[in-house]
Amino acid sequence: MVEEIGTTVEGDVLINVGPQHPATHGVLNLLLTINGETIKKVEPHLGFIHRSIEKMCESLTYRQFIYVTSRMDYLSAHINNHACALVVEKGLQVEIPSRAKVIRVLMDELTRIASHELWWGAMAMDLGAFTPFFHAFRERESINDIMEETCGARLTMNYIVPGGVMYDLHPDFQKRVKDFITLYKLKIHEYDEMVTGNIIFQNRMKGVGYLSAEDAISYGCTGPTARGSGVSCDIRKLYPYEVYDQLDFDEILETGCDSFARYMVRIREMNQSIRIIEQLIDTIPEGDFQAKTKAVLKLPKGEFYQRVETARGEFGVYIVSEGGNTPYRIKFRSPGFSNLSALDQMARGSKLGDLVAMMGTLDLVIPDIDR
Amino acid sequence: MLSFSDISKFIDSWLRDIFNPTWTMVIEMMIAGVCVIGLFAVLGLVLVLMERKVAAWIQIRLGPNRVGPKGMLQSLADTVKLLVKEGMTPDGADKFLFNFAPFIAMMVAMLLMAPIAFAKDFQLWDMNIGVLYFSAISSIMVISILMAGWASNNKYSLMGAMRSGAQIVSYELSAGLSILAIVVLSGSLNLNDIILSQADGWWIFKGHIPVIISFIIFIIAVTAETNRAPFDLAEAESELTAGFHTEYSGMKFALFFLAEYINVFIVCAIGATLFLGGWMPFHIGHWDAFNHVMDYIPSSVWFFGKTFFLIFLIMWFRWTFPRLRIDQLLNLEWRFLLPISMFNILLVTLMAILGWHF
Amino acid sequence: MFIIKYIKEVFSGLKSLAVGLRRTLYYFTHHKEIITEQYPDNRETLKLSDRFKGEVVMLHDENNEHACTGCTACELACPNATIKIITQFDITPEGKKKKALDKFVYHLELCTMCNLCIVACPTDAIKMAQTFEHSVYDRSELTKILNKPGSHIRAGVE
Repeated sequence: MVEEIGTTVEGDVLINVGPQHPATHGVLNLLLTINGETIKKVEPHLGFIHRSIEKMCESLTYRQFIYVTSRMDYLSAHINNHACALVVEKGLQVEIPSRAKVIRVLMDELTRIASHELWWGAMAMDLGAFTPFFHAFRERESINDIMEETCGARLTMNYIVPGGVMYDLHPDFQKRVKDFITLYKLKIHEYDEMVTGNIIFQNRMKGVGYLSAEDAISYGCTGPTARGSGVSCDIRKLYPYEVYDQLDFDEILETGCDSFARYMVRIREMNQSIRIIEQLIDTIPEGDFQAKTKAVLKLPKGEFYQRVETARGEFGVYIVSEGGNTPYRIKFRSPGFSNLSALDQMARGSKLGDLVAMMGTLDLVIPDIDR
Repeated sequence: MLSFSDISKFIDSWLRDIFNPTWTMVIEMMIAGVCVIGLFAVLGLVLVLMERKVAAWIQIRLGPNRVGPKGMLQSLADTVKLLVKEGMTPDGADKFLFNFAPFIAMMVAMLLMAPIAFAKDFQLWDMNIGVLYFSAISSIMVISILMAGWASNNKYSLMGAMRSGAQIVSYELSAGLSILAIVVLSGSLNLNDIILSQADGWWIFKGHIPVIISFIIFIIAVTAETNRAPFDLAEAESELTAGFHTEYSGMKFALFFLAEYINVFIVCAIGATLFLGGWMPFHIGHWDAFNHVMDYIPSSVWFFGKTFFLIFLIMWFRWTFPRLRIDQLLNLEWRFLLPISMFNILLVTLMAILGWHF
Repeated sequence: MFIIKYIKEVFSGLKSLAVGLRRTLYYFTHHKEIITEQYPDNRETLKLSDRFKGEVVMLHDENNEHACTGCTACELACPNATIKIITQFDITPEGKKKKALDKFVYHLELCTMCNLCIVACPTDAIKMAQTFEHSVYDRSELTKILNKPGSHIRAGVE
């Protein structure tokens, strides 16, 4: 007799995955209903790392609130800061210098690569292969060094300010980025050798965690999660900001709809980011790195929204301004929250081991979900 | 030449001079027991250190290098730490089974030491059904894991135990069948006879394709039987936190940990005995001078060298591959390994009947 | 046909595993690829970038003079109330009262190294230091007074 999936029957077991569990990479609690090894239901329970960042931002000025957003999705901290700066500039009607635009995009793409590197290692570790984690850190480390040299910090850079960037590029920046690109091209084939081509890995990934394009849209999935299901949602292409409309790069779409498709989207996205960096690195325009802004920023009364593409998907900042120097209300649309909501749909009927693989391909960052 | 067999013979004759035969036997048994326990301790320390170094070098790290010269005393320090840690028993656990399970794991590992020939004429028990004994005793291992998982009163532990039960029972089949290939070719179940049958070349180098296939299957099957990655579903860190020993701590955990490494050593020793000639030196056909040089290397060095080579192989697998899923694990056994090894044993039997081997 | 497909499946699987094994064997045998930094041992050679944000310090010259006017621009710029500036009134040689810095209180335990205070400072009196070993045994040790005892404002800084 085939019972309906999702109902509780005799023999079902409730099991808590997290908040302390090696696979959740943070304090996420998943309440699983399982029968043997088969998952019948996944209930994500949030709130373990809720810091009320949105409320905090209401008491900070438009210059100050940017740094808080680094603490949300800490792996793409720079891109979060970028979104916040863009929305403030939109409100202030400031035109920022072209040099600042290019620097921001360069840093965005470096952050994206660093985030995907870490994701690759952590996901391989979830599947039981420990070695890729350390190998991924080698490449990520050189990006972190570049960040440290130019921005002064490795993870929560806070390099972007309304009107441009905080300082000019470090004199060694171009050389270091080129060194990184050389290193990356030297090592990227190892990723395929160790993980992508591996028959065990392919069997673990292919055909599991099916998320159809309709479901991806209805759950509000964005980023590589949705693009793995063939949904075109790259903000850099659809609603270009900064200099993305002048750049030549592809939006990666895979139609497999499974974990492997999402995996391939991220791997191929790294190559696209390298392509963007290569286009920009030699043609950084001269000029100011920061537009002149007033000492106290005051947004006009109204509502402002800006979205950017982070490493995990669409990140949106919505500000309601009453005309003061702090936001009246601020709302962040974080990609992880919507992507996590699709986990139940994906995981039903698959094995417990697959849940870990699916969470890996969703690339969850828990502070991003909880804020 | 000083060898293990000479030493044992010397001790034996010395004891016989002093005591009557009954007492001699009792004392010799005690010496053997102490030696086995000592070997356990040394092997545990060496293998843990080796695993950590292999892992570190593969992962472009340095590995333990602080405690002692080049980190050699690291595993000793870890052992001391585990000894002084509190061994907790969870509240809802079945106390007797929970505390008993690690000892079963150790006992199985100790029993398996008996038929292994460590050097020429140096063996605890030269029994005529050594291979059968190995297959039979190694199956008991699963009982300790099931016991630990059940008694822990933890859902993760129970799942780990059940996974490991399904896994070990299935992989026993192909491990047994691949061992049988050698038994058929050498015509004996006695481990010593099997070694002697490889005097003019190890089975793996004699050029029989079925033997090579059964060697590969043996390595895969014993990796699964000892619950090591890529078949470490019973532990499955990222899925079940630590599987069947989630609730174990202190020395009880250390016993499981030690038993795992001892089991790896034993299956590799059996593999070395069956396929790589045990303590038999490497000989090439009629190169008498070369063979003579090889004979000068002590037989125990040959045995431990081969065993550690196989151990390295298993460690190398562990740090390279991702873990399989439970249904894929069983698929691999029942869809691939078992049919192949059955076909293989058929080939070997045909070869043996028609006399196509040498 | 079925048999050929089966054998092909087995061999392509084994080949993909062998490729991975070759890569890890390469790293096992090539120790020059090791990237471990043996941190407490390499303190001398450890070079942090000049822009690294470790903690806020106040610059003093050889005459024990700093450039802080006590204007509280940094205090206002700080998002976490990390900085507290206590001012006093000095008597200038001309006999006029002038606002001057008494204590620059810096709470390292609250600081997120966002650099906004450094950017806000009109006289470049403070900067980020490249220290990072901030562990102490008591939290109160993290509350620092940045201006050195007996220091004065440099002449000419307004």
